[in-house]
Amino acid sequence: MMTYDQQYDVIVVGAGHAGCEAALASARMGCLTLLLTLNLDAIALMSCNPSIGGLAKGHLVKEIDALGGEMARNIDATGIQFRILNTRKGPAVRASRAQADKQLYRLRMKRVLEQQDNLHLKQGEVTALYLEGDVLRGVDTRSGIRFVGRTVILTTGTFMRGLIHIGLTNYPGGRAGDLPSVGLSDQLKSMGLDVGRLKTGTPARLDSRTIDFSRLEPQHGDTPPVPFSFHSTGIPLRQVPCHIAYTNPRTHDIIRSGLDRSPLYAGVIEGIGPRYCPSIEDKVVRFPDKDRHQTFIEPEGLDTVEVYPSGMSTSLPIDIQIAFYRSMAGLENVEIMRPAYAIEYDYVDPIQLHATLETKQIPNLYHAGQINGTSGYEEAAGQGLMAGINAALRVKGRPSFVLGRNEAYIGVMIDDLVTLGTREPYRMFTSRAEYRLLLREDNADLRLAEKGHLLGLVSEADYMTFQRKREMIAAEYERLCSTHLEMNASQAELLSRHGCADIQKGITLEQLLRRPEISYTDLAAIDDVSRETVSNVSEQVEIQIKYRGYIERQLEQVERSHKLENTKLPDELDYYSITGLTTEVREKLAKAKPDTLGQASRIPGVTPAAISVLAIAIKAKRWKSHEA
Amino acid sequence: MYIRDTIAAVSTPPGNGGIGIVRISGNTAATVGSAIFKPVKDGGLKSHRFYFGSIHDPASDELIDEAMAVLMKAPRSYTCEDVFELHCHGGVLVVERVLDLVLKCGARLAEAGEFTRRAFLNGRIDLIQAEAVMDIIGSQTEAALRLAQHQREGALSNRIYEARGYLVKALALIEAYIDFPEDDLGETDIATINLTVDRALSILGELLAGFNDGRILREGISVLIIGKPNAGKSSLLNRLLNENRAIVTHIPGTTRDIIEETINLGGLPVKLLDSAGIRSTSDIVEQEGIRRALEKIQEADLVLFVLDASRPFDSEDQMILDALSDAKTILVLNKSDLPRVVELPACFDGMISIPISASSGSGVDDLREKVRTTFLHETDLDNREFVAISRARHHDALVSAEAVLRKFRDNLLLGLGLDLLAIDLRDALSAIGSVTGETTCDEVLDAIFSSFCIGK
Ligand SMILES: Cc1cc2nc3c(=O)[nH]c(=O)nc-3n(C[C@H](O)[C@H](O)[C@H](O)COP(=O)(O)OP(=O)(O)OC[C@H]3O[C@@H](n4cnc5c(N)ncnc54)[C@H](O)[C@@H]3O)c2cc1C
Ligand SMILES: Nc1nc2c(ncn2[C@@H]2O[C@H](COP(=O)(O)OP(=O)(O)OP(=O)(O)O)[C@@H](O)[C@H]2O)c(=O)[nH]1
Ligand SMILES: [Mg+2]
Repeated sequence: MMTYDQQYDVIVVGAGHAGCEAALASARMGCLTLLLTLNLDAIALMSCNPSIGGLAKGHLVKEIDALGGEMARNIDATGIQFRILNTRKGPAVRASRAQADKQLYRLRMKRVLEQQDNLHLKQGEVTALYLEGDVLRGVDTRSGIRFVGRTVILTTGTFMRGLIHIGLTNYPGGRAGDLPSVGLSDQLKSMGLDVGRLKTGTPARLDSRTIDFSRLEPQHGDTPPVPFSFHSTGIPLRQVPCHIAYTNPRTHDIIRSGLDRSPLYAGVIEGIGPRYCPSIEDKVVRFPDKDRHQTFIEPEGLDTVEVYPSGMSTSLPIDIQIAFYRSMAGLENVEIMRPAYAIEYDYVDPIQLHATLETKQIPNLYHAGQINGTSGYEEAAGQGLMAGINAALRVKGRPSFVLGRNEAYIGVMIDDLVTLGTREPYRMFTSRAEYRLLLREDNADLRLAEKGHLLGLVSEADYMTFQRKREMIAAEYERLCSTHLEMNASQAELLSRHGCADIQKGITLEQLLRRPEISYTDLAAIDDVSRETVSNVSEQVEIQIKYRGYIERQLEQVERSHKLENTKLPDELDYYSITGLTTEVREKLAKAKPDTLGQASRIPGVTPAAISVLAIAIKAKRWKSHEA
Repeated sequence: MYIRDTIAAVSTPPGNGGIGIVRISGNTAATVGSAIFKPVKDGGLKSHRFYFGSIHDPASDELIDEAMAVLMKAPRSYTCEDVFELHCHGGVLVVERVLDLVLKCGARLAEAGEFTRRAFLNGRIDLIQAEAVMDIIGSQTEAALRLAQHQREGALSNRIYEARGYLVKALALIEAYIDFPEDDLGETDIATINLTVDRALSILGELLAGFNDGRILREGISVLIIGKPNAGKSSLLNRLLNENRAIVTHIPGTTRDIIEETINLGGLPVKLLDSAGIRSTSDIVEQEGIRRALEKIQEADLVLFVLDASRPFDSEDQMILDALSDAKTILVLNKSDLPRVVELPACFDGMISIPISASSGSGVDDLREKVRTTFLHETDLDNREFVAISRARHHDALVSAEAVLRKFRDNLLLGLGLDLLAIDLRDALSAIGSVTGETTCDEVLDAIFSSFCIGK
């Protein structure tokens, strides 16, 4: 083994969505960073659907952007369709979604990595961690080079002992066309980490020239397209539609006829799959009464004929795949370019991590992305960013950076993972966030840009733009509170048209906007200044005013949980020695080793009484050590 | 919970005797206390001084009780926080009422041992004392667990879980429309959501009524015997007591003051009040007795209206009937050993009436049974332990769940955003969760995935 003569601060293993954000964050924070990956031509490759965002995922992307990450800018530069979902369902659950040109997405990310100072990008497969005794020193690669680093971040995605299934045929692979990563997970297991097995799947890629789009319903993006990043000024690429197609009872018959050769139903697959991404055979079996299932045919790029039929993932054998895709209206002559497949892979139960994503077992080793049992690019990127930040902070000897459940979806996700662990692939949903009204896409910058700037990830120029916006919001809010309605003829006319004839002269514009019938747009019709207000400012002001009651209610709840969240539980706490806890609670706490009382309170079965006992026990412990 | 909001509880042991203290501790203790306590002398309360005054319901300004109050400013108090104590005189029911008001004014019901816990966490008591508290909390946890297991088989907890199930289902409906807009789910099904929440609400209503039974079981009821002179009220009291407690004569106007005695009616503690016969009179002593009798009508849980069935219904009976207004009443037709003369006016239709003879004792067992079953349902005696231990906290939780759900339903019909509606439902679920100990996130996801075909 040759030892490379460079001392890295941070070594990131894997240039997927997690690895890219991790490496960029640590390099941007001034740490000498090495990014090692199996294949330099598959950086930030979208293994599954060619899209970014969606419910809760769009929230993650905006948070990554606010903290100075890359994902939002990357999709803005390479997106070919943008939509905002749930526009009529309330601001907290609005979310952005975009189709990506998959190749351009990957190439742009590679370019950004290449141009980043402090960042070395190298091809290589990591086969083992390099430890001296118990101390992590770096990594070893298959080509016989040893890289030395102070911290290591593993972001190996679906690659560790990856096994691809198409029908009853299976072979090792990290993703179709890529080799698996072998050795690493065995080593992790031998070091005492709990390693499990999960499964996921992807649909076939189809040749769009063999699809009759005239028989499918097109779905266009929003015009104009709204970018993800708070700092993008526009969307450069041509925008294209998706198309909607449906299965039918014949499709379902064909699928049922192949179940005996499905690795899932034949029991060949042992890994646990995601319930929210069921394969088409799962849907047909579990919902036999549904006579059709919908699919969006998504373009994989501007420059390719390949398209992706969402919701049609399967591990059925290839003859069944061909037959069932062709049974759908408009797809009668379709040609499959890449078959659908399922993949099983090793993951490491994230209950073994601190909230910084550092493993509890091996100091200076961090895990991020699908290795933690999550699925999805955005989930991976969010964790990658946080692991990169925390590894860099460790190197610099600065305090760690953890986001609370009241601050970000990223915080909710990581807290869920490290507190509860996961037994099935974990995906973000807005329903996982108890403070959903506070964690909106639209205010991600207000929540996080300050922190990103303090960390050194948000540039001065971007920070100034942000500050200007924040000031304008405050000023506009103030103005609405102090401007009184004159009630001239045109104002009276507008109000009575909105069924607000009861409104008296002299109320403030803020009071007016609180009325459910009145929107900021209406205000613009009767107030000159409002007409001039830029939309990202008026949007904030409107939300803050209209939802104040509920927002305050959530803020109160946050306030109440503060003490709990801020009380640290010492690592070495022996739960078995604490009187007043039931055996069941002791076992749960000993397994999860929560970092804070707040985490402990979220473990199912840990009662409020147990939390009180813990609070006293910690205080007593401090007391004793004082006396000693 | 280890949170420094303002908490309150009755800090004297339950029971009828003497003074009941409601203790409030936390940042806003003084504000909460002052909201309901008015000292006789105007001006603010100084720390560590007792003040005499009265407790009012701030909503209606109704006088609840005369009381002493003391404010102990932090850190010189048991918990080292601001503490406000109300010392009330009026017995268990009044103390409960005062606690209720305090909770309405913004305090939270304290958990078992919470004052002591705060005292410890704030450095007021030492480790040995604190460890004793931990043991208590621990054993209460065990007791609660045993109880919960016992309750799992019981009808009561089944009903809570049933209500909870409806709420999870309603929330799943909402969350599915929020999180899966691209999944071909159709329009938001407001009608089903509404119906599902209604089911939960009616169960909660039922449970809360049941908790009221629990209170009755522990604290008993008061029963007022009322009627015109010579109807046989005192004879009835004596019969129910099985002793000659009250003077009985053939002279109308024998009883002048209220006579109070307690009996046990098959597990139900009953406070019996015999009273002066009601009639127009110029005798000042008798007038006062009648005034007192009429005053008791409002306080009584039940009125026994005694009629002399051997005589016609007259204007005095009518006067009493009018005074009863909507008080819960059983009509007792006494002297049924004599020929029946009385004819009841139509306004008595539907009122429960029981013929008895106080002198022979016939019909009195029927009356006993009727009183008992008016307040107790068969299952209650089995649930006594449960109700007694956890009533206050559970009641609190269910009341707040019920309140948010009502708001939720209004908001649903107003067409409020799904994101806000979900907040209401979640608050209701977490209130119920504080009784059952469950968290909901995964369950809601389970419910979504099992009822909708979702996923890409
Ligand atoms: C078949 C399939 C179906 C999927 N379906 C879905 C879906 O339906 N929905 C969804 O949300 N997500 C799906 N995903 C998951 C999504 O692709 C991942 O969640 C996301 O890409 C994870 O990002 P990551 O950075 O953790 O890992 P990846 O994107 O997988 O990247 C891992 C990177 O690490 C590198 N690497 C691995 N091991 C080593 C090593 N030992 N040494 C050096 N480099 C290494 C790899 O080359 C790769 O570049 C699917 C993935 C696959 C493969
Ligand atoms: N025959 C008969 N006489 C009864 C019965 N109950 C009471 N009496 C008689 O009625 C008279 C009045 O009885 P009390 O019990 O003193 O009546 P009261 O309602 O308490 O009268 P005041 O205290 O004066 O209001 C007494 O002479 C009783 O003996 C009954 O059931 N049958
Ligand atoms: Mg009498």
